[in-house]
Amino acid sequence: MTALLDVRDLKTHFFTRDGVAKAVDGVSFSVERGQILGLVGESGSGKSVTGFSLLGLVDPPGRVVSGEIVFDGTDLIAAGEKTMRRLRGKRIAMIFQDPMMTLNPVLRIDTQMVETILAHEKVGRAEALKRAREALTMVGISAPDERLKSYPHQFSGGMRQRVAIAIALLHKPDLIIADEPTTALDVTIQAQILAEVQKLCAETGTALIWITHDLAVVSGLADRLAVMYAGLIVEEGAASDVIENPMHPYTRGLIGSVPQGRAHGRPLQQIRGMTPSLLDLPSGCTFRPRCSRADEACLAVPALDTLPGERRVRCVHPFGEPCKENPVS
Amino acid sequence: MTDPIIDIMSVSKRFATELDIAARAARLLGSKIEATSVQAVDDVSLSVEQGEVMGLVGESGCGKSTLGRMVAGLLRPSEGEIRYRGKALTTLRGAAARAAALKVQLVFQDPMSSLNPRLRVEEIVGEAPRYHQLVPRGEIAAYVDDMLQRVGLDPSMRRRYPHQFSGGQRARIGIARALAVNPEFIVCDESVAALDVSIQAQILNLFLRLREELNLTYLFISHDLGVVEHISDRIAVMYLGRMVELGRSEEVFAAPNHPYTAALLAEVPTLQPKKKTYSIIQGEIPSPLDPPPGCHFHPRCPHAFARCRSERPVFRQIAPGRFSACHLNDQAGT
Amino acid sequence: MTGEILATGGESAAPLRRTKADSPLKRILAAFFEDRLAVIGLVVFVLIAAFAVIGPWIVPQNPYDLAQLDIMDGGLPPGETSFSTGGTYWLGTDEQGRDMLSAIAYGLRISLLVAFVSLGCAITIGVTLGVVASYFGGRIDSLIMRVVDLQLSFPAILIALILLALLGRGVDKVILALVIVQWAYYARTVRSSAIVETRKDYIDAARCLALSHRRIMFRHLLPNCVPPLIVVATVQIAQAISLEATLSFLGVGVPITEPSLGLLIANGYDYLLSGRYWVSIFPGIALVATIVAINLVGDRLRDVLNPRLQK
Repeated sequence: MTALLDVRDLKTHFFTRDGVAKAVDGVSFSVERGQILGLVGESGSGKSVTGFSLLGLVDPPGRVVSGEIVFDGTDLIAAGEKTMRRLRGKRIAMIFQDPMMTLNPVLRIDTQMVETILAHEKVGRAEALKRAREALTMVGISAPDERLKSYPHQFSGGMRQRVAIAIALLHKPDLIIADEPTTALDVTIQAQILAEVQKLCAETGTALIWITHDLAVVSGLADRLAVMYAGLIVEEGAASDVIENPMHPYTRGLIGSVPQGRAHGRPLQQIRGMTPSLLDLPSGCTFRPRCSRADEACLAVPALDTLPGERRVRCVHPFGEPCKENPVS
Repeated sequence: MTDPIIDIMSVSKRFATELDIAARAARLLGSKIEATSVQAVDDVSLSVEQGEVMGLVGESGCGKSTLGRMVAGLLRPSEGEIRYRGKALTTLRGAAARAAALKVQLVFQDPMSSLNPRLRVEEIVGEAPRYHQLVPRGEIAAYVDDMLQRVGLDPSMRRRYPHQFSGGQRARIGIARALAVNPEFIVCDESVAALDVSIQAQILNLFLRLREELNLTYLFISHDLGVVEHISDRIAVMYLGRMVELGRSEEVFAAPNHPYTAALLAEVPTLQPKKKTYSIIQGEIPSPLDPPPGCHFHPRCPHAFARCRSERPVFRQIAPGRFSACHLNDQAGT
Repeated sequence: MTGEILATGGESAAPLRRTKADSPLKRILAAFFEDRLAVIGLVVFVLIAAFAVIGPWIVPQNPYDLAQLDIMDGGLPPGETSFSTGGTYWLGTDEQGRDMLSAIAYGLRISLLVAFVSLGCAITIGVTLGVVASYFGGRIDSLIMRVVDLQLSFPAILIALILLALLGRGVDKVILALVIVQWAYYARTVRSSAIVETRKDYIDAARCLALSHRRIMFRHLLPNCVPPLIVVATVQIAQAISLEATLSFLGVGVPITEPSLGLLIANGYDYLLSGRYWVSIFPGIALVATIVAINLVGDRLRDVLNPRLQK
């Protein structure tokens, strides 16, 4: 079976006054239909830029320098802006951290949703309204008729994000890219959104790329996890494998950094140092200066080795061997 | 037996939007503008013992930040009083008020906006000790270096401006600024919320280490239950301005008493290798402008009954050191 | 030492994000000098200001010392030679034999003096009131801002005319009128940016450190409100110069013994149609050049100081 989305060696660089920032520097991954991929990384890791690149939404001074984004058989980069515009919003949708990126503050919800439908399809207004109502119901909004006549500012943050998700769902896209959609929300509201998203993906077979800094959120949601650091994927694999048996020292440190309550009051395991500037990356393995296992071998850029069990890791000294400790069925 | 270092006694805070001249004029002409008021904190009592870490959790609009700012002396309570070592902060005057104010410091959420962008690090950290003459004039530079080292910053960075630092470093500068006036009590208002996970772990470790070294007491405000569980000895849960549960951290996490605490704990995302099915807690957080009557949580509560809709539950002791505000506890007792 | 920092999880060993630009001021200056037009404006303004300052020592005569004037030289066009001293009148003379170049040097002095002194006073008053209004808020804020509203709802020229009609002519009186007309702009500008800054955490942090209100207002709050203030000040200084010129042109401004550019233009106005264009035109050019130069600088400052455009 061919993947729905196949990203090969994607490079997006930002040409700033202070030099070239290689925000995404050779990222490859694929997403299958109905699959949920968690793209995890800290600020500056390039996870969001990757998401924007997939939709052709990188603003100058940034630009996709090279690579292929093959979506359902079409290379989006080679196909150009026109094809991209046709797909965007229809077959690939995006949900942002701030729902007001999607919502226009001066238009009523019904106007916005109907316009979104009419932009890609020739249907009547009544039909479009019906679809809008269905989409709102689908994301768990009660009294959709009333809500349709409201303006975005009349909603709470969680409700706005639901409306943004409903808009993303209008065309029943094959792929949704969600960039930190629950980060600004409260825990109970986040749980509601996660529940809705999980249900929708299961019901409609939509593939989802969930971009986040929060391993805990994505660990319970994703099928696969890709961990990014300084513009590169450093580890990728089935979510359960990556969480249970992290092989890259960075992933291991990231998991150790999450307070779990088990080690109450005792120091957390921490990664020393800080995320390097993209303008001034260390040579060789970019994680080298912060890594406890680094030695001379790390001065060369490590390759992303593919291991059994569809596991990939970019490290000269990875932890453990997943196939021995954790046999993959 | 230790005395409480901070005693919050039946404190309430209302924010009222007063009508200005223009609005009053508009009202005379028939406009429906009205003065609104928000009960941000509603009759909250809490005492923090010397040396402990008191976690304060809740979702947005629950009043936890307002409470923290009142403790830090940035806001005055509308009702009730806050005592520092037995003395009400608002009754102190002059030098005594200043000394007490310095003993309670606040570490902010946003590491950028909490640092004055026009000042160098040495000025940010050294200004208050110099102004209050806590350190002889000639020793200020060495004192600042000492503070920077204490929070894990290289003293050679002292002549730089905040924009030249990373988020984690800025957080450390904010902590150094607070420590420079020798506080005994620190209110951490979402102090690690804006940081990356790996940096957050560093800062949490720093808080724990400083507590040991300097014998500090914390009021640790956060929406992140994982962080609070990790750092706190006791934990207080707020919902829409009211305290709903208080107890030892491990007890509350092991067996939450209030349905809201239970719901909150159930929804915390935790690291897990298996896919989780998220359940849907009912409803939105009501607007603090118009909270529901009775128990504020009743519209979302799975156990709500008639009494919850009309009568405000009393925040009372249900076990030694354990408090909760829920009518279900009365039922169980009878 | 380094070892200890590393052991405590410090970040000191890591490189800086940006080492290049040092202070915010240096960054702004660097951005300013990227625009050629603004640099030209600045150079022109500096030359004009320098001419106004040192002019009396380099120009051939003191045009208001009657002993130095020769009625025989009256009304000479630019480039003519003096009958009495043999020197060249590069910009011609007026009907009393006054060298226009010298008159412009003295006129510029008065114009710039009036503008900058009134600017200084108006900024001091406006900024203080604006910062106080935003920091304390409530009643104080309402009171100050209603006065500002009232002030700004009348045209500046009208207020200035009324004041000068009551006070009479005089350099000090023109300055007073300009201060009264202008302080409200600064008060409003400072308040609008200070109200944003006051809500930021660093002000709360300063309050938490029990610093005095005065220190917080003028050491923490005010420096962060300076960028829009500079922009407004450059616009307002150009305004002040032209307002003073207008008042003097109308004959209610500076006295005849201390003529500014506006008064010079007014003096030559009668002769404009009779062919002696230079008596009005050259002071006019000096006035326009000054205002344009200031505006060029102001435009660029507005661009480089705009936080939205800062990277």
